Amino acid sequence: MKSILSLLTLTLALTACVTINIYFPAAAAEKAADKIIDEVWQLKDGVSTPASKPAESPAK
Amino acid sequence: MFIGNIMQKFMISFLLVISLLVNSGLVNAAADLDVNTPAISALKNSMQSRHAQLAAHYASGAIGLTADGLIAVRDATALPLKDRQGINALVAAENNDRNALYKEVAAGNGHPEWQGEVRNIFAGRWIDKAQSGWYFQRDGGWVKK
Repeated sequence: MKSILSLLTLTLALTACVTINIYFPAAAAEKAADKIIDEVWQLKDGVSTPASKPAESPAK
Repeated sequence: MFIGNIMQKFMISFLLVISLLVNSGLVNAAADLDVNTPAISALKNSMQSRHAQLAAHYASGAIGLTADGLIAVRDATALPLKDRQGINALVAAENNDRNALYKEVAAGNGHPEWQGEVRNIFAGRWIDKAQSGWYFQRDGGWVKK
């Protein structure tokens, strides 16, 4: 019985370590960054309007 | 022998439950990061309205994007005289917002320790999405996109 308990605590301690060391979700972070940058720089809704001057530069 | 068997079964089911819990947490974390907290929305609005002032300076090369997800004055002589005085304050305000944004994205998702990684991701994405002609930093030097 005692060994079960000690094993349990050991497992709990180990899994606690695992949950703390959760990996960084790089793909989700990129998605989040894209969303925020599109809004800050108004890249998505600025496409159809002629507001962005660089788009009007003449073709070479 | 018998006790050992029970213990083994108990341990296996316990581990199974724990791993399921951990996994579901991972799946949730990987699916999406929450970027709709009030703090993030406020920062986004602030940066969006400031961008109206900054856009021309990116285009003229007066300011550029740094490798650590911030902006910096690159060539003050590219600025119209009237803007030279205020440029440092403008850049500082933008960088304050950006630093706060990275912090909020990490903390808002329960992992303040992700701040540095969030910053790195943003740094790459700002540059990827920059218009051609804008400047960004690479290996300590300025590069024109």
